[in-house]
Amino acid sequence: MKPAPFAYLLPSTVDEAAEMLAATGGKVLAGGQSLIPLMSMRLAAPPALVDINRVGGITDIEVGDDAVRVGALVRHAALEAHAPAYDANPLLRRALRHVAHATIRNRGTTVGSIVHADPAGEMPAVLRLLGGSVEAVSQARGRRSIDAADFFVGPLESALGEDEIAVGVVFPRPPAGSGSSWLEISRRRGDYALVGVGAVVTLDSDRNVIGAAVSLISVGATPVHVDVGHVGADSAYDDVDWSGATELVDAAISPEADIHATADYRRHLAQVLTRRALAEATADAAPRVAA
Amino acid sequence: MTTKLFGQRIRRVEDPRLLSGRGRYLDDLGHDALAVAFVRSPHAHARVLDIDVSAALEVEGLVAIFSYDDLDGKTSEPLPLLIPHPALTHGRTPYALAKDEVNHVGEAIVMVVASDRYVAEDVVGLIRVDYELLPPVVGVERARDGGALVHDDVPGNVAATMVQEVGDAAAAIDASPRRQRLQLSIERSASMPMEGKGVLARWDADDESLLVHTSTQTSTSVRQAIAAKLSLPVDRVEVVTPDVGGGFGVKIVHPWPEEILVPWASVRLNRPVKWVEDRREHFISSAHERGQLHDVTVGYGDDGRVTGLSVQFWHDNGAYTPYGLIVPIITSTQLLGPYKPTAYRVEFASLYTNTVMVTPYRGAGRPQGCFVMERVMDAIAADLGLDRALVRERNFIQPDEMPYDHGLTFQDGRPLIYDSGDFPASLSKLKQLVGWDDFAKYRERAAAEGRRVGIGLACYVEGTGVGPYEGGHIRVETDGSVVVSTGLTTQGQGHQTMLAQIVADELGVPMERVRVTTGDTRRFKYAVGTFASRTAVMSGSAVALTARKVRAKALRIASNALEAAVDDLEIVDGHVQVKGSPGSQVDLGAVAVLSNPLRYAFDEAAARATQFATPHDPDQPPVAADDEPGLEGSGFFSPTRSTFANGMHAVVVETDPDTAEVKILRYCVVHDCGTIINPMIVEGQVHGGVAQGIGGALFERMEYDESGQLLNASYMDFLMPYASEIPHIEIDHLETPSPLNPLGVKGAGEAGVIPVSAAIAAAIEDAEGVVITAMPISPSELFDLRRAREQRGEAR
Repeated sequence: MKPAPFAYLLPSTVDEAAEMLAATGGKVLAGGQSLIPLMSMRLAAPPALVDINRVGGITDIEVGDDAVRVGALVRHAALEAHAPAYDANPLLRRALRHVAHATIRNRGTTVGSIVHADPAGEMPAVLRLLGGSVEAVSQARGRRSIDAADFFVGPLESALGEDEIAVGVVFPRPPAGSGSSWLEISRRRGDYALVGVGAVVTLDSDRNVIGAAVSLISVGATPVHVDVGHVGADSAYDDVDWSGATELVDAAISPEADIHATADYRRHLAQVLTRRALAEATADAAPRVAA
Repeated sequence: MTTKLFGQRIRRVEDPRLLSGRGRYLDDLGHDALAVAFVRSPHAHARVLDIDVSAALEVEGLVAIFSYDDLDGKTSEPLPLLIPHPALTHGRTPYALAKDEVNHVGEAIVMVVASDRYVAEDVVGLIRVDYELLPPVVGVERARDGGALVHDDVPGNVAATMVQEVGDAAAAIDASPRRQRLQLSIERSASMPMEGKGVLARWDADDESLLVHTSTQTSTSVRQAIAAKLSLPVDRVEVVTPDVGGGFGVKIVHPWPEEILVPWASVRLNRPVKWVEDRREHFISSAHERGQLHDVTVGYGDDGRVTGLSVQFWHDNGAYTPYGLIVPIITSTQLLGPYKPTAYRVEFASLYTNTVMVTPYRGAGRPQGCFVMERVMDAIAADLGLDRALVRERNFIQPDEMPYDHGLTFQDGRPLIYDSGDFPASLSKLKQLVGWDDFAKYRERAAAEGRRVGIGLACYVEGTGVGPYEGGHIRVETDGSVVVSTGLTTQGQGHQTMLAQIVADELGVPMERVRVTTGDTRRFKYAVGTFASRTAVMSGSAVALTARKVRAKALRIASNALEAAVDDLEIVDGHVQVKGSPGSQVDLGAVAVLSNPLRYAFDEAAARATQFATPHDPDQPPVAADDEPGLEGSGFFSPTRSTFANGMHAVVVETDPDTAEVKILRYCVVHDCGTIINPMIVEGQVHGGVAQGIGGALFERMEYDESGQLLNASYMDFLMPYASEIPHIEIDHLETPSPLNPLGVKGAGEAGVIPVSAAIAAAIEDAEGVVITAMPISPSELFDLRRAREQRGEAR
């Protein structure tokens, strides 16, 4: 379990990093919590690692009126603990608590886990659920923004070019009167979820549902996003029947069996968790409606 | 007398060092050594046709590549069959490097020695091996049908069959008013110590001697094995066990191929050589345990009393049998637990499969046996509508029946005779601890809240302190410190603390003065090893007996110095003194000085023992004919047979009606390991055992596919429970001393793990109303059981 030989590069600016990436065909190293184990098991053998840990300008969490922007070097733990980010968007912390273990969150980066595009990853689904985007920089194409809806292509596969660096992600703030929930079931605390569900429900000033969506993990090649707003549309927050949502989810997912669970069981869990998450998000939304 | 340490909750003296990163494990040693990596078989069953190293030869840092053809002398012969048994008619062991056939994924074929492990792995990736694939045999069913053979010369894949019978079980069952048949199975798991195996060998060509460090549970036997295989005089080989990060059974197996190959390469290359196992290697090339299928028939009366029990089981021993039949023999005997069926027959077949070999893992066949017996007890209770605890009580061996002879032969080749125990008292304590009789009310309240809860219990008896012997050496240094050596090894159990408590008490010295060394053949040559919950019984007794000898000598020498009779002396706080008159005393260090008549005064203290310093009888030799210099001694303990500890666990679980998740609400243990030396250490052992038991009950399994690939050979997919999965464990003790050793102790190391699968299965069954016949069980599997019940149209 030792990596194959690789070149190690340590740029200090984004442009320098992009140049090195283009020149070497290497991989970006940020937290290394997924990449290094893959290399140690020789499942990945990139010719070079471009370590961005000394790169300036990508370390910040910016909480704006419309969104929380997270730089490429922000560790999960920092975002999880960031009070303004939580106030702006509680879903971030709720989901981050399920990202692996505290020690991994201390080192792993939120942007890195999104770029890793693991269909069992929490933060890709959160980005998708919130309609966020990834900011990418490359030597060839300069800077561009990729919508979450277009970003996740397949298991461990994203729209990010091999020569591109994700310098940050943008998590838009849900509309006023929104509540959220993140629920997942894993075999052990901190393991990859057998199924995970994030939900956002938005209420109008009369506390009637005007929007709802869920994103699920571990039940498809990418995060599975389902708009279920019409299911609860115009129902009062304390009288919503979300059962229609589970049917929509059931139609959208394509879980597979593995050594931990059958596909049927995952399908069942997706329904249970969708129901629970929507109920929780609705309850969470109610007190957030301005009186 | 100083306050007695025996029986006290003394904090572990090991912990400040181990918990602050100052442990010295195998990989902390030998930074100057060459590194080893292996080409291991990617196939479960194949003939090795050709090995091509040509692409690898130019790699910078490569030192040597070895395959079977390079091995010489006895290293080219199969590894030893450690525990032969007359029933093991077809025992097979591997070669250190595969000769022409590989029998499991992970079997070593080529050894690469390089400047470091990175380079060694680069080289491994460049070596090509051509194989002819052979049909793989995976799982007990395929082994049993014998359609394909693991070893061509082992018909039906049967390594051994064995029968033991007391009374006429078949007739007793036929004559019973009630009968049931159960098919029960347990999956594979493994010891999984956090530190894998590792070996460091230093050949000293000038001295023609070999110093080997290895992460083992038996340094003395590894020493003998290396000497035998390398054809070296035993005197030229020493084996030292550094700190070991867990063993749990897997490291009692020896010599591992690497324990021969690394020293062999060190001699051949005349360089220090080191191999440190990585996690994937540990999964696919060490050892597993537990996989067994059982077919049980039981006859019983309307009162629930078992009148006849017949058990047939099939033991998956993997590709090789170096550890003989120990695991299935233990299952077949320890299955009986605290019960006394009137007639009992057990028959097992030990079967080869193309998987990693099976050797004892903490519990060693007992968890399977306990699962079988306790499922039988629950099935009887369910059939008769009787309380599950009551059925057990009715089948218990009673205290006045001790010692109780089952009429069977145990794993040590000696009769299965329980020495002591009070099973009714243990059960009574457990029922009280868990609130057994009040559970129905709790269940009703939970049900009213839409919750499903269940309770289960399981009982076991564990033969511990297996012989043949252990020994100890104790020396009092001239500074008054006490150095204790015992030959068996330690893997984190707290032996240094436990043994120091015993010695400090026996000698009358403060515990801080006592230093304990284990597993270093330079210090103590004769030992068996650490397994079968035996250290407290064996080495504990041995050092106690030794300390008594040293104490007697100290008193004898002091009686001269103090001019008092031996009987009038006592040792308090490291001083020999006349009883009741502390003014007249000599410290033990001074006694040690006097024990060694000197010519030269190398320091001030030593001057007291020189020839002109003390009055002496000019007509007697300075050292008497029957005496030796030094305040030291050796001693051994060899019991007639094992001593039997016991315990009972009860668990309360909650199952989620929607998600089928299983949550442990309470876990209660009543444990009887005889006289307790250190309750804190015993409880720690129980905690660890229960945690491993929960792993085996709810999480761990070896997922082999049909081709013999292990699909979950990493800590990501092999689900060892984290602390977050382990509940608070409530413990109560009963102490029924063993009459078989001077301390009255019984082993405690394995106890916690044994009944966990049985107890949790019972609790889930109680919560869900579905019969559990296979463990471990995952939420996905419980979901399937619920579905199957719904499809049968049964209500919960």
